[in-house]
Amino acid sequence: MKVLFASVLLGAALSLSVAAQSEDPQVAHGRQVFERQCAPCHGRGPGDDRSPMLPGTAALAEKYDGARPAALEDRSDLSAPVITLFVRRGSGAMPFFRASELSDADIAAIAAYLQTSSAD
Amino acid sequence: MTTPPGIDAATFADGLAAMRSAVGDEWVFDQPADLNTYRDFYSVLWGEPEEKLASAAVAPASVEEVQAVVRVANERRIPIYPISTGRNLGYGGSAPVLSGSVVVDLKRMDRVIEVNEDNCSALVEPGVSFFDMYRHLRESGSKLMMSVPDPGWGSLVGNALDSGGGYTVAGYRGHFEAVCGIEAVMADGELLRTGMGALPGSETWQQYRMGLGPCLDGMFRQSTLGVVTKMGFWMFPTPEAWLSGSVSVMRYEDLDELVRVANELEYGNLFNGMPGFSSPVLTQENPIAMAMIPEPEVMNRMVAESGVPAWSFSPNFYGPERVIREQWAYVKSRFEHIPGVQFAETGFVDLPLSPDDMERIHKPRFGIPSLEIFSVGSRGYGNFNPSDGHIWFSAVIPRSGQGIIDANRVMRAECERLGLDLFMFAPAVTCWTRSFVLFAAVPVYKDGRNEHLRDAVREIIRTCASHGWGEYRCPPAFMDDVMEAYSFGDHKLRRVNEQIKDALDPNGIISAGRYGVWPERYRHLRRDGGAA
Repeated sequence: MKVLFASVLLGAALSLSVAAQSEDPQVAHGRQVFERQCAPCHGRGPGDDRSPMLPGTAALAEKYDGARPAALEDRSDLSAPVITLFVRRGSGAMPFFRASELSDADIAAIAAYLQTSSAD
Repeated sequence: MTTPPGIDAATFADGLAAMRSAVGDEWVFDQPADLNTYRDFYSVLWGEPEEKLASAAVAPASVEEVQAVVRVANERRIPIYPISTGRNLGYGGSAPVLSGSVVVDLKRMDRVIEVNEDNCSALVEPGVSFFDMYRHLRESGSKLMMSVPDPGWGSLVGNALDSGGGYTVAGYRGHFEAVCGIEAVMADGELLRTGMGALPGSETWQQYRMGLGPCLDGMFRQSTLGVVTKMGFWMFPTPEAWLSGSVSVMRYEDLDELVRVANELEYGNLFNGMPGFSSPVLTQENPIAMAMIPEPEVMNRMVAESGVPAWSFSPNFYGPERVIREQWAYVKSRFEHIPGVQFAETGFVDLPLSPDDMERIHKPRFGIPSLEIFSVGSRGYGNFNPSDGHIWFSAVIPRSGQGIIDANRVMRAECERLGLDLFMFAPAVTCWTRSFVLFAAVPVYKDGRNEHLRDAVREIIRTCASHGWGEYRCPPAFMDDVMEAYSFGDHKLRRVNEQIKDALDPNGIISAGRYGVWPERYRHLRRDGGAA
C-alpha cells in the first residue's frame, strides 16, 4: 500500500514537472508562493500539509455564503492591488505579511497564478 | 519620522543610512506602509497612544549583515528588536517591546544549514519556519520528526527562544528543552557560540549541550542579550507507530490519584508522548473551554446523571507497536485500583501516515505544521467575527489534581467577576517537562474594548501570583506585570538580569524591556517607573 502511495506521489510529481515546463515563469513562481504562504489557510483542497481543514477558505465560505467562491484559487477578481491590500493590512485574524516574507513581486506572481488557477 | 527614545533625528538618519549600506536600500524600511506591517496584529494596545511601534525595520540576510547592523546600532545607541519570522501572534507578533526600536527582521535568514540524520539533529537560521523545515525534511526523505507548535507558521528559533511548545515527545516538545547549541551576535557585534560550538573544529555542537563552564544557552531565552543567528535542535527519529489511550474516572475525588499515578508513569518514561488531562463532563458544552469545577457532590451528580466521566487522562505513546502496546497495558494496570475506571484505545497510527490518516489526525502530534487551529476563534471580519485575534494567558500551576481544581476555579471566578471572555481554556497543558500550564485564550478587539481587557488581565496576573502561579510567557503589554510577580528577594531575579544586561549591553540597545528586563538608560520606562 505504501509502495502504491509512493508511486502515486511520483506520478503526481512528474505531472507537475511537465506542467511546470510549459508554465509562465511568473505563474509558476506564484503557484509556489501560494502553495507555501497561502494554501495552508486558503487552499481549495488538501493544502501543503494535506489539511482538509482550511480556516481561511471556511471563513470566506461563511462570509460570502455562495456569492463568491470561498477558495482563492477559484477567484478571478483578485488583482495584485487587491491582494496587496489584504496582505499588507491584514484582515480579521489574518495578520499582515511583511515585505521580507512576501515581496511585491511575490504578490504580483500570486495574482498571475490566481488568474490561471481560476480559469482551470 | 519617528525616532527611538533618546535618539535625535540626525543620529537616527545616520544610523539608517549605515544600515542601508550594510544590507542594501531595499531591506531598510522606514515608510508608514511598511512599518504598519511591523505592528502586533493582535495587540491589546491597538490604535492607542501606548501601542508599541517600530521606528524602522531592517532585514539582514546573513550573520555578517546582522553584525554590521548591531555595530551600527551600538555605536549610535539605537535600540533594536530582533524578530525571527514575526509570527509570535498572541505574544507580541513582530512589534518591539520598546516603542521606537528598530526591528531587526531575520526572516530572510532562512537556511536549513544541516540536518544530521545519524545524530538526529538540525542546525537552522532564525528565518526557517516550521513549514519550511517540514518541506525540507520531506524533500530530503528524512527519517526525523520535528516538534511543531499550533499554529505552525512561526520560526523554529523564535518559538524556542520564547519557550514555545509542541505536542510530541518529552524532551522535544518543550522547544527550548531540545535546543543544543546557539550562535548569537552580542551587543558589541561579536559572535558567540555556546556549548561545543565554542571549540573550533568540534563536531559535537549538536551533541553535548553544556560545553564548559556555565551553560549560556539560557541567556538567550526570552532575553535581551543577543541576536540569535543559528540554533541547533535535537530531533526525534520518526517512530514506527503512535498510540493514544484514555483513562477515565467517575468521581470528583479521583483526580488527585489520576494525576499522581500519571506523573509517576511519565517521570518513569512509561509513556513518552504528551499527556492530556481533561474533564469530559465539564467540557460537554464546549470541548475547548472547560467549565468551572463545581463542588464534589454537584460534579458527582452530573456524572451519575449523564454517565460522562468526571476526569480523563490521555497518555500518548510513540515507538514500535509491540513496545507501545505493552506500555499501554502496563499503564492501564496502574489505574485498575480506582473504582469504576474505564480504559479506551482512542487512536493508533502506523507510521508513515497514509492519506486517510492525514484526514483524521491532529497534525502537530506528528510534527506536521498546520493552521487548522484558526478554525476556532477568529474567522475573518464582519458580523460573524467573534474577535480580531487573541492573546494567551499562561500560568505555571502545581502539577497535581488539586492544582487543576484550584487554578480552574480561581481563573473562572476571576473571569466571571471581571467580565473577561475566554474562547479556549485548558487548565493543565503539558508541553513542558514536569509542569502544568494553565492556558486561556483571551479574545482581543480593535474597537476600544481592550482597556478593560488589559485591566482585567493585570488583575488576574496579580491574583494568580497571590496563589504562587506565574506566567511562563506573555504579551509585551504585560511583561512588566508578570516579571513584577517574580519578586523573591526584593526582585533579585530581575535585578540580576538587569546587572547582566548592563554588563553585556552597556548601551542598552537589544530588546529593551523584553520580559521586564530594562537597560539602565530605559529603566524609568518600566510600568512601575523603574522603582524596583
